[in-house]
Amino acid sequence: MPLFLLVTMHGARELGLSIKDYFSKPEHVVEGQLRMRAKYLNDCIYNFYYAAAEVEAWGMDILYHADGPPNSGAPFITNPDDIRKLKPPRVKDCPCLVKVLDSARALKAGVGDDAPILGVVMSPFSVPVMQMGFERYIELMFERPDEFNHLMTINEAFCVEWANAQLEAGSTAIVYYDPVSSPGITPKNKFMRSGFETAKRVISRIKGPTAIHFASERCLPISSELPATGAGAVGVSCVEDLVLLKNAFKQKMALVGNLNGIEMCGWTSRKAEEAVKDAIKKAGPGGGFILSDNHGEIPFQVPEDVLLSISEAVRKWGEYPLTWVQDDAP
Amino acid sequence: MEERQVYLERFENALLSLDWLAARKVFSEIAEHVKGEGSIADVEGFIVPVLEKIGAGWETGEVSLSQVYMSGRICEVLLGENTPVKTFAVKNTQKIAIAVLEDYHLLGKRMVKSVLLANGLQPVDYGTKSAPELAACVIKDGIEILLVSTLMLPSALRVKELRKILSDSGNGVKIVVGGAPFRFDENLWKAVGADATGKRASDAVGLVRKIMEEKNV
Repeated sequence: MPLFLLVTMHGARELGLSIKDYFSKPEHVVEGQLRMRAKYLNDCIYNFYYAAAEVEAWGMDILYHADGPPNSGAPFITNPDDIRKLKPPRVKDCPCLVKVLDSARALKAGVGDDAPILGVVMSPFSVPVMQMGFERYIELMFERPDEFNHLMTINEAFCVEWANAQLEAGSTAIVYYDPVSSPGITPKNKFMRSGFETAKRVISRIKGPTAIHFASERCLPISSELPATGAGAVGVSCVEDLVLLKNAFKQKMALVGNLNGIEMCGWTSRKAEEAVKDAIKKAGPGGGFILSDNHGEIPFQVPEDVLLSISEAVRKWGEYPLTWVQDDAP
Repeated sequence: MEERQVYLERFENALLSLDWLAARKVFSEIAEHVKGEGSIADVEGFIVPVLEKIGAGWETGEVSLSQVYMSGRICEVLLGENTPVKTFAVKNTQKIAIAVLEDYHLLGKRMVKSVLLANGLQPVDYGTKSAPELAACVIKDGIEILLVSTLMLPSALRVKELRKILSDSGNGVKIVVGGAPFRFDENLWKAVGADATGKRASDAVGLVRKIMEEKNV
């Protein structure tokens, strides 16, 4: 069973650097990812720096923390009327994005085809939370359709360029983060007329495999619609039942998830093994399941011991054909 | 069906559909209905249960966050527009404040504030602050109940720092926390030294009232 341990900031710990310094140079991220793959026997390379890089590209300030992902500062769209004047940044002109491409190239040179290299994009439908603040964005979505559509057009153009640049640089697949499309945030009927259409338009233009990820948010109520986005896999949340998720996506999309990264901070080795075993039992049989966390980024606070326990548990319990699952059945 | 129940259902449906026109119409009818009483409490008796039901719907997955937010916003605007209800009877028996720790994701705070205001509870809004800044504001303003909203785990962990600064200065403010990290780890609020946590915006009202009652005993 594949293990996608989506570690980002832990690379800073590996190299003895601050998180800010770690992400300042692509060679740090390359070294960090290679060391973590070797340490945790990770089945992927995660060339993701931080979500706010996509608004840093617009000139937004980034807030750095000693113990968490770099965060977006004050939103740069403060008046919806200004949306019409916006032009998307060009990837090649943004140092914060160019370094991600540099690390993709170096990682590809380092691992070849031994492990998939995952690149990440923020969905055009979700990135406005950082661009304008959540509440202003919700108001825009429901009350200013013209400006909303214009913002989607701009964001879609950027997203496609950014995704394809990462694939060209050596990424194997793209993770399309779209929590705002979750029915937990946007009602389904609204999603069908907005986030769903955006996902279809963007994913169809991404020149490589794509996974859609809801960053801890729910997706079951829209599960029958998601295959039509073109994504081949879906990142699922710990708040939904993995058995129901498996049934909903069986033979349509691979499941990626769904370990609780927040709780993971306080796990014992035993608890880690139990959680892994439980997830494998529920979603592993028949394949189409990649064990991972449910948010798409392991919190910096998760101890190394827990990550090692997760890795060991996958090797212990995740060997197909998973005969122990039938043996475990009541 | 009882008239009150009809109003409640119509108002709820209008809010969930984000139909400003329908919401305004029902609200006017409600205001007329209680006009003779002229009491804020009667209007609140319609608004508050509807918002609480919508909030509960988010918890069970029937309602989305954007519907919860927009419902609160529509109610805020309608309450503000209607002269007889413009002036709230402020029900704070202690000074309340609300803040976001260390990031710019203000939605949770905005929603909690809406619900508190609809219930006649008036918090001081500190916006976004670091733990030391927030502690300084709490001490200076004599805040007795502090509601803290966080989106990210590192921000949630800063509550521990906040608590320490306040405790070291002898300040016994009650801290109520909320936000995604506390939803994903049920024990986190205790670990960071908070006094209570709420899963949804409307929980804040009950928690604040409980603290006020305990302090008044």
